Amino acid sequence: MTAWLVRRCAAAIAIVFAVVTLTFLLIHLAPGTPFVPSDERVLDPAVVDGLRRQFGLDRPLGVQYVRYVVALLHGDPGYSFSLRRPIGEVLATTVPNTLLLSGAALAIDFLLGAAIGLYQAARARHRADVVLGNATLFLYSVPTFWLGLVLVLVFGQHLAWFPVGGDRNPVLYPSLSLLGRLGDRAWHLALPALTLGLVGAGGTARFQRAALLEVAGQDFIRTARAKGLHERRIWLVHTLRNALLPLITLFGLALPFLLTGAVLIETVFSWPGMGKLAADAIFTRDYPVVTAAALLASVMVVLGSLVADVLYSVADPRIRLGKGGARA
Amino acid sequence: MTPRHWAVLLALLAAAAIGALGLRAGTAGSDAARRFFRHPTAAFAVGVLLFFVLIAVCAPLVAPYDPSAQLEIVQLQNRPPSWMHPLGTDLYSRDLLSRLVFGARVSLAVGTLAMLVAVSLGAVVGLLAGYFRRWMDGVLMRLVDVGLAVPRIFLLLIAVSLWSQLPLAILVLTIGLTGWFATSRLVRAEVLSRRELAYVDAARALGAPPARVILRHVLPNAVAPLIVSAALGIGSVMLLEASLSFLGIGVAPPTPSWGNMIADGKEQIATAPWTTLSPGLAIVLVVMALNAVGDALRDALDPRREAT
Repeated sequence: MTAWLVRRCAAAIAIVFAVVTLTFLLIHLAPGTPFVPSDERVLDPAVVDGLRRQFGLDRPLGVQYVRYVVALLHGDPGYSFSLRRPIGEVLATTVPNTLLLSGAALAIDFLLGAAIGLYQAARARHRADVVLGNATLFLYSVPTFWLGLVLVLVFGQHLAWFPVGGDRNPVLYPSLSLLGRLGDRAWHLALPALTLGLVGAGGTARFQRAALLEVAGQDFIRTARAKGLHERRIWLVHTLRNALLPLITLFGLALPFLLTGAVLIETVFSWPGMGKLAADAIFTRDYPVVTAAALLASVMVVLGSLVADVLYSVADPRIRLGKGGARA
Repeated sequence: MTPRHWAVLLALLAAAAIGALGLRAGTAGSDAARRFFRHPTAAFAVGVLLFFVLIAVCAPLVAPYDPSAQLEIVQLQNRPPSWMHPLGTDLYSRDLLSRLVFGARVSLAVGTLAMLVAVSLGAVVGLLAGYFRRWMDGVLMRLVDVGLAVPRIFLLLIAVSLWSQLPLAILVLTIGLTGWFATSRLVRAEVLSRRELAYVDAARALGAPPARVILRHVLPNAVAPLIVSAALGIGSVMLLEASLSFLGIGVAPPTPSWGNMIADGKEQIATAPWTTLSPGLAIVLVVMALNAVGDALRDALDPRREAT
């Protein structure tokens, strides 16, 4: 187990390093340059040259790369050209927002998804299953940002139950009590988290239903039923426990989905997170910011799949890690 | 919108319905088709897809106006649906039905072509890695590990930002080139399990070169999962194209795509919701149909699977 974990961690680090190199190369191949705005504003070439020298962009690509990697290892992802602040500082304020949004969405995704999947499987091929099946197919197929816009239209504009954007009340927030602040944050979080969570729950429910039905067809379930066990006990204890394993795999896959969704949902809801930061940075060719965001996102994904693998081995004693190469 | 346009629209709708029902009736003898159409939504989904493909092909006949024409910027700005403009007009007084119809061409073409790039690349990589194993497998699969580690939208944000005005072919290529990782794993797993079978050994023993073994004996058996992942792939690519266009870095205006129609309408969502609702509903319908067909195909192509 330890040897396996060490090897797995080494592989994770290698992957992250490869991602660093890949994004660095991709972004430096871009024809656009910072400090030369795309509009008509003309900058003195001498000023541009000065700025390029100041940020080390006049050095050979190899030197820039080594400098970049060394700085990264010291925990410094660079300096944002357009925001004129260190990226570490920018990320420190935006990443917690993204984590809050993704965490809330993940909870909705799995709780709702697993519940719907279980309900559907227990009533497989009945009317409730068909209706819910179409509903989850809809959620699975809907563009995340469009669902966000529709929810804004209905619950933000027409019913005015929830705010249409932002992460807090810009005027009242500083004067609120602690409880008031928490409430205000939760109130702003509700719609974006619900959008992202609902779309995810569509996929989770479909997956969970299939996993449950696969287990439900096995012999030990028939035995349990033959013993005269109550239907509820068969589904909740015997079937659900064995169908939890695929859910762990799904957890590993949920992180890329959530981070992708975050880019879009944060844009729709003006949520000040990492995804909106990256999407905005594209237009100013602020490549250190894009690279840092992509890098951080991949670190989260790699960590997520590592955690999923460890959970998998804990949850399923049949899997012996590192032996016989059952799971590489 | 003249009576002629309504007639064409209704004719295409009828053609799609007849096509879907005809397909079900015409293939009733085959086992695979019976498993396919056992899905309650399969026939409907085929009809929806046929309808949108027909609309895309016959776009000039269905669309009452030029999709980029700004008809009357004062009178016709953000008009709600009416008989003349069944889906209304947008901020620039363009007819939304015409944009939706021509947008179907762009969205469906981008989805299909990018999927073809991704699936063929994934198939080639999977075949090579699975058949030759050793260093080939090691190198290719580590590459896949890296590709899967970066959430795709970040890869695309970087790649797409290399161009200031993105040509459509480049958009298709970048989406395709970032979408083959999962497919290659799928094909590799299939090849790994096939290459050990006796008939593959026999082919090798008879002196067949690797290319022949792969193409004649291994690939045909990996085709079923490929077809399913292709059907599901078009849907996910269409969602991706829509997302990129929504962020303003996908299909460049004024060319209409369903994604940039939503982007155009998002600022007026409160005052002119029809500008965002109709393209969004079109995406949802088509992607739902593609996913339903994918599900049905999975059961149809694998006789061992029970319908779930």
